[in-house]
Amino acid sequence: MNKSKKISIFNVDTIFDIVNHAILILIVISILYPLYFIVIASISNPVMVSSGQVLFWPRGINFEGYKAIFKDRIIVSGYKNSLVYMVLGTSINMIVTIPAAYSLSRKDLVGKDAIMFIFAFTMFFSGGLIPTYLIVRNLGMINSIWAMVIPNAMSVYNLIISRTFFRTNIPYELLEASQIEGCSNIRFFVTIALPLSKALLAVIALFYGVSHWNAFFNAMIYLNKEELYPIQLVLRNILLENQARQEMMKDLVENLSTAEQRAELIKYGMIIVASVPVLMMYPFAQKFFIKGVMIGAIKG
Amino acid sequence: MSAFTSSPCSAHTKKTLKNILKNYQLYIFLIPALVYIIIFHYGPMYGVQLAFKNFIATKGITGSPWVGFKQFNRFFSSANFWRVIKNTVTINLYSLCVNFPVPIIFALMLNNVAHKRFKSFVQTVTYAPHFISTVVLVSMMLVFLSPRSGFINIILKNYFGMEPIFFMAKNELFKTIYVFSGLWQNMGWAAIIYIAALTGIDRELHEAAVVDGANKIQRIIHIDIPGIMPTMVTLLILNMGSIMNVGFEKVFLMQNSLNLEASETISTYVYKVGLVGADFSYSTAVGLFNSVINFIMLLITNQLSKKVTEVGLF
Repeated sequence: MNKSKKISIFNVDTIFDIVNHAILILIVISILYPLYFIVIASISNPVMVSSGQVLFWPRGINFEGYKAIFKDRIIVSGYKNSLVYMVLGTSINMIVTIPAAYSLSRKDLVGKDAIMFIFAFTMFFSGGLIPTYLIVRNLGMINSIWAMVIPNAMSVYNLIISRTFFRTNIPYELLEASQIEGCSNIRFFVTIALPLSKALLAVIALFYGVSHWNAFFNAMIYLNKEELYPIQLVLRNILLENQARQEMMKDLVENLSTAEQRAELIKYGMIIVASVPVLMMYPFAQKFFIKGVMIGAIKG
Repeated sequence: MSAFTSSPCSAHTKKTLKNILKNYQLYIFLIPALVYIIIFHYGPMYGVQLAFKNFIATKGITGSPWVGFKQFNRFFSSANFWRVIKNTVTINLYSLCVNFPVPIIFALMLNNVAHKRFKSFVQTVTYAPHFISTVVLVSMMLVFLSPRSGFINIILKNYFGMEPIFFMAKNELFKTIYVFSGLWQNMGWAAIIYIAALTGIDRELHEAAVVDGANKIQRIIHIDIPGIMPTMVTLLILNMGSIMNVGFEKVFLMQNSLNLEASETISTYVYKVGLVGADFSYSTAVGLFNSVINFIMLLITNQLSKKVTEVGLF
């Protein structure tokens, strides 16, 4: 009796394990394959790609696509712009978010609930697209780098994560002790609170950095000079509107179908080029991102 | 200051004031954030009055004439009204039906993997797409689903002898593509919170159940699922609260003139009539209508959440 029960448990669990692992492997393949395909397609002969001969490994390996990409003025400037917007934007984000979050984490801050409400309310209600656009326009930010970094100078979500972190990780006793020593708030923040919060600073900077790199909407509505476009907007214009750049088309006009295939090839390379910075830092940053989600999950 | 000290109820006020003065540096810390939020978030709320006005560029927001609910009536009686409402709600409901349960199932499956390295490998792979930009995601969709050169159509043609399908131009496929590409991108990421909740479940419960002869499936049903139930309910309610709030970027990027019937949502409509059509007042009114409904939904679900799980946002 007991024995047969054990055997049946063993069977159900074994089947479960097999099915479970099989499905998980399928999930992994279904996530990796599209990414892998883009990589092999970007270095394969475009004719072979579009006729379906490239499915598992690259064929007719060449780097023509990448050459065309890096020759293009707008793509290169888009890349530089994105880096500038990301670095400048993230710096502004940190300067605005972190001190405010620290301040709000302090129990002895008079009016902290009211101030927090001012911030939190904007998460649930917004003036909308047009009123925001008009503000940015009236401030004269259209077609300037500031339109890319000021209208999104802070995310209230990141403010709350940071506040929660400070609240749970900076012991109040530490503050009291240093206040007895005559330590000012600014000095305590800079010399004690910040060094204790390196993980948080990494999480928040990464969240902001990725969001700047991936953003295209603000650029689309606030910028109309191509030389200011970030890479995502350049990618969108090339891929989604099929506006292959003029200078790229110049040497391909002899044969329209080659031109089309060349555009196809550029597509794959562009997708990679536009994702590389984020995907490169991902393996190192993964644990920080997860940490961020965890801190966010604790209700502040 | 002396006015405070002489008044009878001053002791408390004085102490508060002293506290504020003592911590004046903390208020300096708040200045950049407050200035930002007031200009870029409360400023637009002031601009919301445009919804009740007829915007004339030369007169500005304040100077434009009031027209009452005219812009709203235009929206309610427009042919687009039901279409955008229907699309917004169905995209969200469809998305909720898929993107809410699947991450839970995925977390439960992953929780039952004993092999640590395999588990963390699956996690690393499934979290990665979350960081791909919307532009890149939609570009990948367009490339893969292209009727001429997309590998999906090539496989359909070469192995199943099917005619190429122009996926992105089909109204009836738009929502499915939207929802399942979202699943591909966010399934792993959305599971993190459940995986965390599952690791918080007492191991002794599982050990006791094994002794009693429960198999893995029984343990999932009777231990794991009840263990993460509060998390599930909270997230479900939060998701319900944003049922009228569809992300602009992906819909906008996936949209083309052929799938407009299925892809026009409130947010893309606001963009189109506002920034493309330069009908500022009308666009603001549509946006405000959406914001108000979202806000009401949020209040309702917050109350619900407090009742069911005793967890509320505010």
